Order: sequence, then C-alpha cells, then structure tokens
Amino acid sequence: MIEILGQKMLTLNVNGKNRDVLVKPSDTLLFTLRNELGLTGAKPGCENGDCGACTVLVDGWPVKSCLMLAVEAIGKSIVTVEGLKDTPIQKAFVENFAFQCGYCTSGFLMVCHALANIHPDANEATIEEWLQSNICRCTGYEEISNAIKSTLEKINAIQA
Amino acid sequence: MIAFDFEYYKPDTVEEAFKLYKQLNLGGKKPIYYGGGTEFISMARMNNRYAGAVIDIKAIEECNVNKIVGGELIMGSALSLSKIAESNLFPLMAYIARRIADHTIQGKITLGGNLLGTIIYKEACLALLLSNSKLVIYGRDGKRTVPILDMYDQGLRLEEGELLLQIIVDERITGLPFRHVKRTKLEKIDYPLITMAAIKDGDNISLAFSGLYQYPNRSLEMEKIINDSSMPEKKKVERAIEILPEGILDDLGASSQFRKFILNELLSQVFDKFEEVC
Repeated sequence: MIEILGQKMLTLNVNGKNRDVLVKPSDTLLFTLRNELGLTGAKPGCENGDCGACTVLVDGWPVKSCLMLAVEAIGKSIVTVEGLKDTPIQKAFVENFAFQCGYCTSGFLMVCHALANIHPDANEATIEEWLQSNICRCTGYEEISNAIKSTLEKINAIQA
Repeated sequence: MIAFDFEYYKPDTVEEAFKLYKQLNLGGKKPIYYGGGTEFISMARMNNRYAGAVIDIKAIEECNVNKIVGGELIMGSALSLSKIAESNLFPLMAYIARRIADHTIQGKITLGGNLLGTIIYKEACLALLLSNSKLVIYGRDGKRTVPILDMYDQGLRLEEGELLLQIIVDERITGLPFRHVKRTKLEKIDYPLITMAAIKDGDNISLAFSGLYQYPNRSLEMEKIINDSSMPEKKKVERAIEILPEGILDDLGASSQFRKFILNELLSQVFDKFEEVC
C-alpha cells in the first residue's frame, strides 16, 4: 500500500528521466511540474479541467495536469511539452501558423502529439472530438486543425 | 492549488481500504474514497469540498475488472470512462461515457466517481437504471450484491464507509437496441439540459433521463404510457409529459418549460430508429 502522510520526496518519471521531487498529497501534478521541477510548459489556465492549457501525457494519454494529484503519477511516465523537442507536430504548428498568443499552444501540442501516436488514422470526427478538449481564446482552431491533419497525412504517407 | 492538506493512501485490497476508512473516520479525518478525483480536486481548490484523507481505490483489482463472465458483464468502479468507451462491452454505456466531459477527462473520471459524485447529472447511472443492474458493495459484513433499484433513491444510497466495488449487467441487456441523445445549451461538451437514454427489449421501450430533475430518473409510469399500443404516438408523448411529477429543473441552463419542450422533442423521436448493437 502506498501511504503518504505529509511532504515527502518521491521519484517521478518526467520526459524519460527519473526526477526526485518534494510533494504533498494535495499538490496537483501541474503545480509540481511547474513549481518543483521548473517545467513551465504546462500552463495554468482555468485549473478546472476546462481549458486544456495544462495538458501533459501520462503513459502516452493526454491528461489535464490540474486535475491530477502528483502522487497519482507515481510509477507512470509523464511527458510535458519540454519533452516534445523536434517532434513532427511542433514543425507542423510552425508551418501552419497554428498559434497566436501561444498560451494554449503547449496543451494543443500535447493533445495533437498523442492523437498522432494513438490514432494515426484518425478521421475528421475523431480529430474534432480530440481538439474539443482544449480552448484557444485567439480562436486559431482552423490552423491547429490543419497542423494535426498535415502531421497525420505525413505519417500515413510514410506508412503507405 | 488546493489550500488544505490531506493524507493519501492507495491500498491494494478492498479489505485494506474498508479498514482504513473506518480507522481514519474514527480518527476524525473525514476520509473519502478516491477514484479519478476530478470532482474532488476542482471542488477542493474552491474550498467547496474537504477531506483529511483520501483512499485511492485504483490499485484494487476488483475495482478494475471489465469482462463478461457467465453471461454477465462485470465493470469495476475504478474503470475510467475511456476504458468503458474503448472496450465497448456495453454499447449504450460506451455512448454515454463518450459524451461526459471531454476525452482527456474521460480518461480520469471513473465509473464509481460518476455514479457517486455530488454533481447531479451522473449520466452513467442511466444505463444502469435501464439495465436493472446489480451493485457489488463492500461493507461491514463483507461483500454483498444488491439490485440497483433497491439502492437507488434519487441517487445511490450507500452507508458510511461502504465501497462500491463493481456493477453487474445481464449480457443480454447490453446487446439490446438503444438510443442516446444529449441536449446541451450551446457547446457539445457541457452538462446536459437533458440526456435521454432508452433501450428497446422486443416492443418494450425503457427510458431514463438526466438533467430533468436534480437526479437521474427512470419513470415506470412514463414507460407504461409510451408502451401503450392503444394510444397514437403524439398522444403518448403529451400524456407522458403531463404525468411528470413537480420539480423539473429550472435554472440558468434552461427553464423547466424549455426542458419540457426538449423532452417533447426527445420523446417524439423515441419511436424512430434505435441503434442496433453489432
């Protein structure tokens, strides 16, 4: 049984590396990533699970880190936007001008990266469903949608 | 950020979890069983919910079961809505799961959390009410299995410290034709103004609703009218709405009159196409 009664040093696997971090049970994963590990790519937005700016990958699936306790991440593999360096989705966002103010961008990148990995054959409906988890207040949805579509097309062209 | 501290426990067995709850409760810790935690975290952040200890049930094997055994589908209470949707063992439940929150949160919300949370909509309950499911509950006398209708009174009524382990559904019912319609105010991802779930067993239609009242409900009286072959469809719908008890939700989302209007539209469609389970 895992038992954490107060502040405790834990090991979390973040971006492929084991990182020791001081955590309280009430700390959200978002708080721990930003304030303890200095990984500020995941953004605090609504902190209520609505906006998606804080999205990270947990065992490959997109999760809103404001709605996950850091202690729940023990034994899981976490990827933040800092771990996406040189990935096709980043290039696609640049090529398609898929950002304006940039605040939502890291969250969208995580969702799109996961979508390309999990559903490389995603159809229009799946793409729409996945993009609905995040909000862009600059309303740059068209360009974000183009970015993920171009990434999926490239994946499928390589596999064909 | 949550402004108060709590203790975190993740037991491996249901016996451990129940014993822990009892001990922590006696110690005044106000423990809660913790599934996905989405409701707890968002409400605790606003100081609308407090717990001195959380008991995470996600490592308990029985709470993660998702399989058909001997003609019955067994779903663990710690299953995420995503797992329920992906496995598609109960297509109506999968449809409902896919329309609760968004796909990232569906990976976090658990079946037990949706059924036993404080948010009133509890849409997963609709499939369970319609399928006359059974609940496996662990309490003072160990494990017991109870028909949902014996435990349901405007919500599931568990005793203090009892833990919902599993939900059991007759496999035959999981294969019946169904209909699921969710009407929201504006966005696709939102709480429902009304969600209607229906199944068709032979000529008999069963109906359950979320968003109509402060709790998910299934009205046998309404079903009797809808299934009355002596009445024309239009008349059935009118009668079904006439016999609704007082208390239809009337809030910022929609007035009770507007909800009745939506209900009229949903009931008018219920005689049409049902999804066939492949």
